[in-house]
Amino acid sequence: MKIKAKNDSAFIQYLLHLGDNALIMSHRNSEWCGHGPALEQDIALTNIALDQIGQARNFYQYAAVLINESSNEKQTEDSLAYLRDAWDFKNCLLVELPNGDWGQTILKQFLISAYQYYLYLELQNIQDEQLAAIAAKSVKELNYHLRWSADWVMRLGDGTSESKKRMTDAIDAVWSYTYELFEVAEYENILSVEMQCKIREAWIEKIKTVFGKATLAIPNSQWKQRGGKLGVHTEHLGYILAEMQFLQRAYPGSEW
Amino acid sequence: MKTVSSEKAIWHLLESVSDPEIPVLSVIDLGIIRSVLFVRENNHDSSDHQLVITITPTYTGCPAMDMISKQISSKLEEAGYQNFEIKQTLKPAWTTDWMTETGKEKLRSYGIAAPVGKSFNNYDLSKLKIPCPQCGSENTSMISEFGSTSCKALFKCLNCKEPFDYFKCH
Ligand SMILES: [Zn+2]
Repeated sequence: MKIKAKNDSAFIQYLLHLGDNALIMSHRNSEWCGHGPALEQDIALTNIALDQIGQARNFYQYAAVLINESSNEKQTEDSLAYLRDAWDFKNCLLVELPNGDWGQTILKQFLISAYQYYLYLELQNIQDEQLAAIAAKSVKELNYHLRWSADWVMRLGDGTSESKKRMTDAIDAVWSYTYELFEVAEYENILSVEMQCKIREAWIEKIKTVFGKATLAIPNSQWKQRGGKLGVHTEHLGYILAEMQFLQRAYPGSEW
Repeated sequence: MKTVSSEKAIWHLLESVSDPEIPVLSVIDLGIIRSVLFVRENNHDSSDHQLVITITPTYTGCPAMDMISKQISSKLEEAGYQNFEIKQTLKPAWTTDWMTETGKEKLRSYGIAAPVGKSFNNYDLSKLKIPCPQCGSENTSMISEFGSTSCKALFKCLNCKEPFDYFKCH
């Protein structure tokens, strides 16, 4: 059964949102390539970056097919990644934040991996076959990302006084960006209200469990940062795109 | 004319296409060939069949996939096939359960520990007993769930002291 939303722009925007989250996260992770605190962890983050870019490709390829079907445009996965401007990107602000130190990198990874994991678990059951297939494929990879990042949160939180301080600082720095993950944009209506609640509850439960083992606390502050899902970004995204898109902007269509 | 009976020949041909990252494994061993079909073409005058090979990616970001498609194409061209298409499908998602027993054996003799058990969610690698591909000892421990390629994890053998790759369940 085909869902009604299939060719409408909300569904396409939703695919772009999913792709943008994965692509920008991938780019941030790739910044650690060659800079990890230990070879194994450098390799872990670059592996996660590779999985994320693979997931982004699947979302963009699917979005490109639907865009081209419903218009005269000739979009490709590459044009969607490299030729859109910051205001076209629909990723959550959390994924574009700078990596900071290892603690902040780990914390962001954990918060986002937990979110993507529970989101994809639900998406693999939706009626749109291709999106469900991408989600089912991706959730297997997320399983690894989530376990790795959760282990590190526990290790650093329940580690030395220095590592604990770094994690506490990281939580203070990024927590206000987590609310946006669950502020439902209009184009997210493909997820039923029940699904949205389920994802949010599973996420907060996971965070509480892991923070509990890590002797870390969830902040009381309700201050919320928002905008990314609607294309209103922090200045950081511009810098990411300037670096990521430079080659295709300067040498359109170049391949290697 | 290539007919349905030649599908066997194609499977046989694909045994010579290897994974660019783990060359001892063929695409058959990896379990990424989902189907090989000669499909009758719809145009009027033809009894011609198009060969359609469907493959599935191991990992979403695995750069070997594009390479594998190209290798299959050139293998087919070498063998004289012209009318073919290589399709990719994501569903059902690839799993190491599809790796052949021969493939697992080849991995071990190549020095990579083969996937242990079946693929299922929440597989905690650090709790598995993975036999060392060098000395066979089960006295091994995990270094990292991520390795030199998407499909591998890093282990070390506490008996012979050698580090080794483990092809993880997926
Ligand atoms: Zn050994």
